Amino acid sequence: MNKVWLIMQREFLNRVQKKSFLITTILVPLIFPAIIGVLVYIMKKEAESAKAETVQVVDESGKFVFENSKRYTFVPLSMPLEQAKKAYNETKDFALLYIPPFDLSKPEGMVIYTKENPSIEKVGGLESILQDRIRDLKLEEYKIDKETLKGLKVSVNLKQINLSETGEEKSSNSGILYGLGFGLGILIYMFVLVYGIQIMQGVIDEKTSKIVEVIVSSVKPFQLMLGKIIGIASVGLLQFTIWIILITVLSTGVLGYFGLKMPQKQAMEEVTKQMADEDVKEAMSQQNSKIDETLANLSQIPFGKIAFVFVFYFLGGYLLYGALFAAVGSAVESMQESQQFQFPITLPLLIGYLGLFMFILRDPHGPVSFWLSVIPFTSPVAMVGRIAFDVPNWELALSMVLLVGGFLLTTWIAGRIYRVGILMTGTKVSWKVLIKWFLLKG
Amino acid sequence: MNALIAKDVTKIYSEHTALDHVSITIPEQTIFGLLGPNGAGKTTLIRIINQIINADSGEVLIFGEKLRPNHIEIIGYLPEERGLYKKMKVGDQLLYLAQLKGLSRHDAMARIKVWLEKFEIKDWWHKKVEDLSKGMAQKVQFISTVLHEPKLIILDEPFSGFDPVNAQLITEKILELKANGSTIIFSTHRMETVESLCDHIALINKSKKILEGPKKQVKESYRSNTFLIEHRGNHFTLPAEKYEIKAQTKIEEDLFSTTIKAADGIKGNQVIRDLIDITELYSFQEKLPTMADIFIGLVKADGDEALRKHLQEV
Repeated sequence: MNKVWLIMQREFLNRVQKKSFLITTILVPLIFPAIIGVLVYIMKKEAESAKAETVQVVDESGKFVFENSKRYTFVPLSMPLEQAKKAYNETKDFALLYIPPFDLSKPEGMVIYTKENPSIEKVGGLESILQDRIRDLKLEEYKIDKETLKGLKVSVNLKQINLSETGEEKSSNSGILYGLGFGLGILIYMFVLVYGIQIMQGVIDEKTSKIVEVIVSSVKPFQLMLGKIIGIASVGLLQFTIWIILITVLSTGVLGYFGLKMPQKQAMEEVTKQMADEDVKEAMSQQNSKIDETLANLSQIPFGKIAFVFVFYFLGGYLLYGALFAAVGSAVESMQESQQFQFPITLPLLIGYLGLFMFILRDPHGPVSFWLSVIPFTSPVAMVGRIAFDVPNWELALSMVLLVGGFLLTTWIAGRIYRVGILMTGTKVSWKVLIKWFLLKG
Repeated sequence: MNALIAKDVTKIYSEHTALDHVSITIPEQTIFGLLGPNGAGKTTLIRIINQIINADSGEVLIFGEKLRPNHIEIIGYLPEERGLYKKMKVGDQLLYLAQLKGLSRHDAMARIKVWLEKFEIKDWWHKKVEDLSKGMAQKVQFISTVLHEPKLIILDEPFSGFDPVNAQLITEKILELKANGSTIIFSTHRMETVESLCDHIALINKSKKILEGPKKQVKESYRSNTFLIEHRGNHFTLPAEKYEIKAQTKIEEDLFSTTIKAADGIKGNQVIRDLIDITELYSFQEKLPTMADIFIGLVKADGDEALRKHLQEV
């Protein structure tokens, strides 16, 4: 065991001391806050620089009274359209809006003249002003006042509650669960692939640099394989931990720098600012209760359990596939040569990944979801995607036991191929050859 | 005591037999030449001794003990296919390999310093292996093989990659190690190395051992009663029933070199006596077979069952 520790230590230190490790470990988390920062920066700049656009209006219908707003300044003209067009051309104003006389039941013929192609947003803004006014006019025509209209508005929110076997009620929020399952599943998928390939690369390097025979004259090939797999796993765990910490710290930091709080809170404040009148307050309180509910739901999600399950499957899946990657690395002499084996061994992982979208997130308790999350080859992605949806304990236990069994099995198989493969050079490797190596006695 | 005894070691892979009941005995504190053409089974035997693979049958004893895992700590192995971690620094690399052989970090440090000094490469500690020349890397590799002061050192083609100066340096170190009590197994094709360094040899061909013994004795047994003489004047005749002239070359004006094979039972002194009367003798020596002659002769003849039997009896 002492030797496995030595090998592990070397694999770990060797990778961690590399410049590329330092760079990816620091740069990747920078990307997220950088994107947020850039977006927030652009939004702020835009908001500051946005001055009201001047819109000249020729209103032949006489039905409109335009109020100047933050976005638009209206200049009513009382001249025929042709004359107005000429006059508009000599100004630097944003647009000329022409409203012909029209029938309320068929409001058409309105035209906006601009010098440049206007953004959809700006045209849309004008359109909604016109629409609102026409709607108000129609309401008047139908003799409906605004109060009545308000009374007609109904809003229904289904509160989701899971009844557990013990009859205990639990609020749930499938949106959050979906997001959680989706994110965690993909993380595991990526982790297993990225670090699995690192194992393979490491084994190929040892084989092609010919150091392997020196090493296996000091340690058992199995110890070498195990040390490498564990060493790289610790690199991965360290990198992930740093990422999570950095992303959290930096994201908060960037938002703080721009004087903003977390996105939801910001949205809330925006809403408060924009709306002031009575009925909005009511909507507000409704909104508030919705947020409270979401928070309550969040607090009901067993994060501790999810974190434990995540780490367990994270390591289990990695070990299971890592051993297979090591076996492939031992058999081939270059990354290109490894392609033919890479696909078949990662296929189950891919199935788990696809199953995540096709079954687990849609129907977490269906039979396919059950099998995907129990079979060791797909369970790392599938079970982690499913765990947020309250998996029965016996299923979780079964899946975990099978995963442990699974990685012991693949490690054993891989070890037998590995011990032969690393000393074989110049062999054309096929599946048949791998099986032969596996069966070869010591 | 014998450093290593292999008894009836057999290893069969699915298609072919790599070792067929091979037995060898390697006395302690000798340099043992393990000879044989490519694919004869030398590497398989060496890997079995290093416990990289297991024999199907037979037994290997190291210093009288049955092979067991912790024996790797008293063996130093320099494989023919060797390499180092390219991205690692020389010092770290040696430290790692020494620790894998069971040395403590502290001891390894001290010994690495001594060896780097011996090779006058003290300032290499922080150099990366990829920045070293092939010969330089070989030095590091050699150090890694002997750092844990192994009692049994196995060197597979140790001189490949060395220039003559460094080969000489390594030779000195090998002799030094032997003088300090180590036993060295040499696996090589270089007959001049065998000739100058080995005390004992074994020849393996087609998975079987076909010859083993102290070098001197082996050479002795391949004496063919042939003599090489230098003489003035090439006109002499020897009784045909006693001598056969194998070859004659002219060295310079009136100076000749002649190879004479004498019939069994005729000793060197008798040959000289016979020659003195008929020619002016300049030099006289018995022509002993070189290891290369024996090696090539045996491997070529190995198809011939009768001859092989005869040779094994010798």
